[in-house]
Amino acid sequence: MPIFQIIRQIVRTGFKTEAPPLPDEALRAEPQRLHGEILRAFGGALSIRQVDAGSCNGCELEIRALNNAYYNIEGLGIKFVASPRHADMLLVTGPVSRHMETALKRAYDATPEPKLVVAVGDCGCDGGIFGESYASCGKVSSVIPVDVVVSGCPPTPVAILQGILTAVSAQKGTSASP
Amino acid sequence: MPITHPNLHLNRLDGAIPAWLGEISPDDLLPICQNVSDGGGRLLALWGSDVRDQGNGFALHVSLVNEAGLICLSMALDTAQPVYPDISRIFPAVARMQRAAYDLLGIYAQESQDHRKWIRHGAWHGFPLRKDFVNHQTHPHPNLPPMPSHQSSPASGRGGEREMQSSIPEGEGTMARSPAENVDQPLDAYPFVRVEGQGVHEIPVGPIHAGIIEPGHFRFSVVGERVLRLEERLGYTHKGIEKRFESLTLQQGARLAGRVSGDSTVAYAWAYAMAAESIAAVTPPERALWLRALLLERERIANHLGDLGDLGNDVALSFGFAQFWILKEQVLRNNAALFGHRYLMDKIVPGGVAVDLTAFGKSTLRDECTMLEREVRVLRGIYEEHAGVQDRFIATGRVEPKLAAQLGLCGLAGRASAQAWDARVQFACAPYDRLDVRMATYRNGDVAARAIVRFDELFESLRLQREIMDRLVHGDAATEMLEKLPGNGFGVGMVEGWRGEVLVAIHTDATGRFARVHPHDPSWQNWPVLEHAIMGNIVPDFPLINKSFNLSYSGQDL
Repeated sequence: MPIFQIIRQIVRTGFKTEAPPLPDEALRAEPQRLHGEILRAFGGALSIRQVDAGSCNGCELEIRALNNAYYNIEGLGIKFVASPRHADMLLVTGPVSRHMETALKRAYDATPEPKLVVAVGDCGCDGGIFGESYASCGKVSSVIPVDVVVSGCPPTPVAILQGILTAVSAQKGTSASP
Repeated sequence: MPITHPNLHLNRLDGAIPAWLGEISPDDLLPICQNVSDGGGRLLALWGSDVRDQGNGFALHVSLVNEAGLICLSMALDTAQPVYPDISRIFPAVARMQRAAYDLLGIYAQESQDHRKWIRHGAWHGFPLRKDFVNHQTHPHPNLPPMPSHQSSPASGRGGEREMQSSIPEGEGTMARSPAENVDQPLDAYPFVRVEGQGVHEIPVGPIHAGIIEPGHFRFSVVGERVLRLEERLGYTHKGIEKRFESLTLQQGARLAGRVSGDSTVAYAWAYAMAAESIAAVTPPERALWLRALLLERERIANHLGDLGDLGNDVALSFGFAQFWILKEQVLRNNAALFGHRYLMDKIVPGGVAVDLTAFGKSTLRDECTMLEREVRVLRGIYEEHAGVQDRFIATGRVEPKLAAQLGLCGLAGRASAQAWDARVQFACAPYDRLDVRMATYRNGDVAARAIVRFDELFESLRLQREIMDRLVHGDAATEMLEKLPGNGFGVGMVEGWRGEVLVAIHTDATGRFARVHPHDPSWQNWPVLEHAIMGNIVPDFPLINKSFNLSYSGQDL
């Protein structure tokens, strides 16, 4: 029976999830507070709409790896959603191709305030090896406003997670004032 | 000689794979293609180049492949009327390549049926691959459609790859327009083929999809849940890769080649290096070749593990996703620890490799092999005995061998539909000529067959990895890097990536710089077949069928 094999395999595999990275020095002392911030600022869960705006698919591989058992991003209360209307954050990879410029702007406009944008990868940060051309707008921030950039080609899942958490903790600073 | 034809004189090219180059007149293109097709050969790639600076107008290049090897044909086209005969009647897979050649270079196939733009959506004017094209001129979006007042609600689903609807305004137009009339269509306008009849409705999906996948647009025509027709519209990730190559050096180009399609970085880097080495007539040191094969098999292992997990996820067996992605992560971590990059980017360079394998590395990889063989065997048993998985896999998204042969289905998906082609077997370059790769083929052509091919190839790659480590010769791996290429050269490289054959062709100018670089992804051949695979299936099975092919957007959009 597969079900017994499945249970045996799950038990044999055990827990793989590792501790999440810390967003910055200030929060290093209190890792628990960060989860608290996600709970407070975003009602218990951070919802991310990922937009591939023209990447080579390398960054997508690492973003998808965040869902594996080692990084277990859903365990932190962060999930990827299907619509920008459900999202608190856009996670955008680049370079932004001119053919994706309109779609990216529409996704941004469809995301409710307060919206965060994290640009992922060297191409999202500065256009990378593709640069700007007749077909490429280059970096994400030349098309929509960006809060945090994560460099790397592709950045590791830990670096991406760190970028996401940094954007959330920066959000805390702005939402605390009013 | 791979083929004989009275007007064809082929010259053998230097390099790792059997390849020939011949200059022909456009009038001889159809009979030669027919000859190759009749002999069971296929079309691999078609591209054009601007050689007006040499007084030759434009040139068309076609790569065919048969049992003997790669046949590269070049023909000069008239500057004022750059036309050539339509070969899509012989090789249907070429239709989109012909459309792309028009979009990028302005050469076109006479009497072809479909003149719609393929790569160019309207973001720029002119033909980017012409040498007099100004790289930064862009379309000012004169006809940008207004924002829709409300967007359609996102489709809800529970697959790993849910699709989101988005509003794409439709433009007027017909398929049979001449290319010149199609130039000034508004951005976003594309005349999809409309299915008429009672109860037929359309589901537009993309370019932004609901999952974490690349962008593209799918237009489904459905009755109830059943799909009558799917039409793809790609080109969204076109970022000018081919034009970009022309401003790069050989070394910079290696980095770009490794980013044509991120999941196939090893295959592209190797094909690129192979093409450069073919022009320079150099052979990398033997240890470097064995290490290249090791990296290529590791890329196949990582991708197959990931896909098998995703296939489980798409049939609601999240256990499968969790398990396979744990294994994939371990492979990636070993890559990072031993070779310095999780996906092995920039590790193959023209002339050799930029990595080496220590005794410690060998023992790590041997342990990894043992672990993967054990775990994947358990998981394969579970997939095969799981009634729910098999119910969703079997007979879903079927491509019969006959259709696969007609349409030129290739690579992994081709082998699942009895198309027995694997460059590691037929055109075994070193070290594959000493490895005796066992090809995995099945006839069923359904999702189940594409999963089984992945399992078989996974075990075969693990066996190859062990054998490569056992037989890895001592010596220098890096040696002298290839610095510069000879002038007026042409070289081609072909590598069996995890998805299928990856081809890179390089033309150099009189000074040895790039005149034209054309990377070709097997997805060009397989995307049109996906439109057939979904017919008659239900909409909720599309993510599963799509994942079972797992084609590249970036690799074909360039």
